[in-house]
Amino acid sequence: MKSHSKQVLFGLYNDEEELMAAISGAKSKHLDIMDVYSPFPIHGMEKVLGLEESRLHIVGFIFGMIGTLTAFLGMTWIFTSDWPTIFGGKPYFSLPAFVPIIFELTVLFSAIAMTVVFYIVCGLGFGVENPILDERITDDKFCLAFQTNGLSGSDVSNIKKFLKESGAAEIHEKEV
Amino acid sequence: MSASVSRIREPLVLGNKSYHQITEDLVGPTEKAPDRLWVIAFIISVALFAYGMFALIWTFYFGIGSWNLNRTIGWGYDITNFVWWIGIGHAGTLISAILLLFRQRWRTGVNRAAEAMTIFAVMCAGLFPATHTGRPWFDFFMFPYPNTRGPLWVNFNSPLLWDLFAISTYFTVSLLFWYTGLVPDFASVRDRAKGIRKKIYAFISMGWTGAAKHWQRHEYLSLVLAGIATPLVLSVHTIVSFDFATSVIPGWHTTIFPPYFVAGAIFSGFAMVQTLMVITRKCFRLEEYITINHIESMNKVILVTGTMVGSAYLIELFIAWYSGYIYEQFAFYNRVLGPYYWSYIGMMGCNLLSPQVFWSKKIRRSVFWTFLMSIFVNIGMWFERFVIIATTLAKDYLPSSWSYYWPSWVEIGIYVGTIGLFFTLYLIFARVAPVVAIAEVKHILKQYGDQYLGPNAKAHHHEHSEKTH
Repeated sequence: MKSHSKQVLFGLYNDEEELMAAISGAKSKHLDIMDVYSPFPIHGMEKVLGLEESRLHIVGFIFGMIGTLTAFLGMTWIFTSDWPTIFGGKPYFSLPAFVPIIFELTVLFSAIAMTVVFYIVCGLGFGVENPILDERITDDKFCLAFQTNGLSGSDVSNIKKFLKESGAAEIHEKEV
Repeated sequence: MSASVSRIREPLVLGNKSYHQITEDLVGPTEKAPDRLWVIAFIISVALFAYGMFALIWTFYFGIGSWNLNRTIGWGYDITNFVWWIGIGHAGTLISAILLLFRQRWRTGVNRAAEAMTIFAVMCAGLFPATHTGRPWFDFFMFPYPNTRGPLWVNFNSPLLWDLFAISTYFTVSLLFWYTGLVPDFASVRDRAKGIRKKIYAFISMGWTGAAKHWQRHEYLSLVLAGIATPLVLSVHTIVSFDFATSVIPGWHTTIFPPYFVAGAIFSGFAMVQTLMVITRKCFRLEEYITINHIESMNKVILVTGTMVGSAYLIELFIAWYSGYIYEQFAFYNRVLGPYYWSYIGMMGCNLLSPQVFWSKKIRRSVFWTFLMSIFVNIGMWFERFVIIATTLAKDYLPSSWSYYWPSWVEIGIYVGTIGLFFTLYLIFARVAPVVAIAEVKHILKQYGDQYLGPNAKAHHHEHSEKTH
């Protein structure tokens, strides 16, 4: 979070359909949306809001491959060069027997990396306290927020007017 | 993604809920003081767990000689219980991962509790191999790490080591999946809480705000994790079955083991979910979220997997006869008619025959029958593992060393202790976290709420939800 404070003007809607319509309205009026908050994921919102597709799967793939290589190269090195041992008359390099652990480490590395990266890029983590615009956003309110720092009075009242017209049940201003 | 839903589908959320009412109903139980029933259940669970700890300490003090294992039967109660718990631990990630990929919406009502159950069951399972080493303080020897003993490495060709990797991975991935799903719901609890509770929930909800980008990534993470957790679930019990199948013991050395074990794991996992759900929905009055429709769906899974397991039993018998291999034939003759015939009857009766009652729709939708059958299946699947392990070992190649095995009070104590541990953890979980995934139920409300779907539907599907994909 940035240290300087933000002036936020936001409208609370009672329904996700109203929120979606309001986002489209704001986009067509070229209003600069700061963020949208909702109690649950709303499908189709990334399109209306113009969010880029998440690239978490790339992280998953890269770290999965690192897991694969760690397991494969590790076991190969240990059993063929560091401490070659014969188990049950099988060759030192017995690839089929390595498969289960290669698979497990692929999944393990990929899952941990994706989850950790998810929390890092979202700026979430134990002890993080992000400003909360309204406590009912995690309950049943849908929030459309605008940053008003440096905006002229007429711009602000313009946004207020837009929020009212688009059906916001409540309009608040808050410094975070 | 949320295409229009057929009108003949049954609703998954009853009671004409609003978003706010869902929060009230699902966060509510975490805000009240526990009632007397909960306290009694908790005391009993902790007492059982304490007894298990006593039996464990007894084991460490007097050694494994306090168990009734002998030269012939070296694997007994501990491995049976280990496999039983691991099997139970399969339903949670199956529900959250595979059913997510298959777009089965009924998972939303039960996934949270089932995932919690998975994690607790895997913890109970892990206790057995961890203590069976006899010196659990040296358990880190099981992991490959550079050491001063050579370095001497673990045996990567051993199914027991694969098992260690499979179960550690499964536990970790399930935990990440479960916790990431919980974060938004902890935020819902946080925003209603006051004082110290607010501080605690603020800490564990990781600063969740519900921002659009966060939700998008959250959904994406769940989907990709589900994608990689799906083969993981199937791999875990496959590898557990390798513990047996890669040996040269007649009765264990069979190629049918992996699919048969996986089907059995899903079967027993769903049975345990049913046991817990029937109790949970009653105690927390969640009948409108965990509906008869949910219960029926799970009973269908139990019927299918139970029949698969039953077929595997019959195929095993057929193949034993067809192989013409006398040791294999004797192993199965001994299973059915040997000294442990009673456990074979228990297994066949509970796993193959009893789930067949679920062909009747009336029984599938009966809470009483569901509960009864879930207990039967839990018992039957325990017998299955006992049959595979103890019966097979009791009569090996050398008739002079044939033996019989029955657990000592110490072994029974450890088993009872894991049941205590399991319920202790589940009861704590049900007090501190929403047992139904709040955000996910809200997410499906407009398609599966009874005000939109089914005979009581008042509102039409909104145009919007039918257009967006």
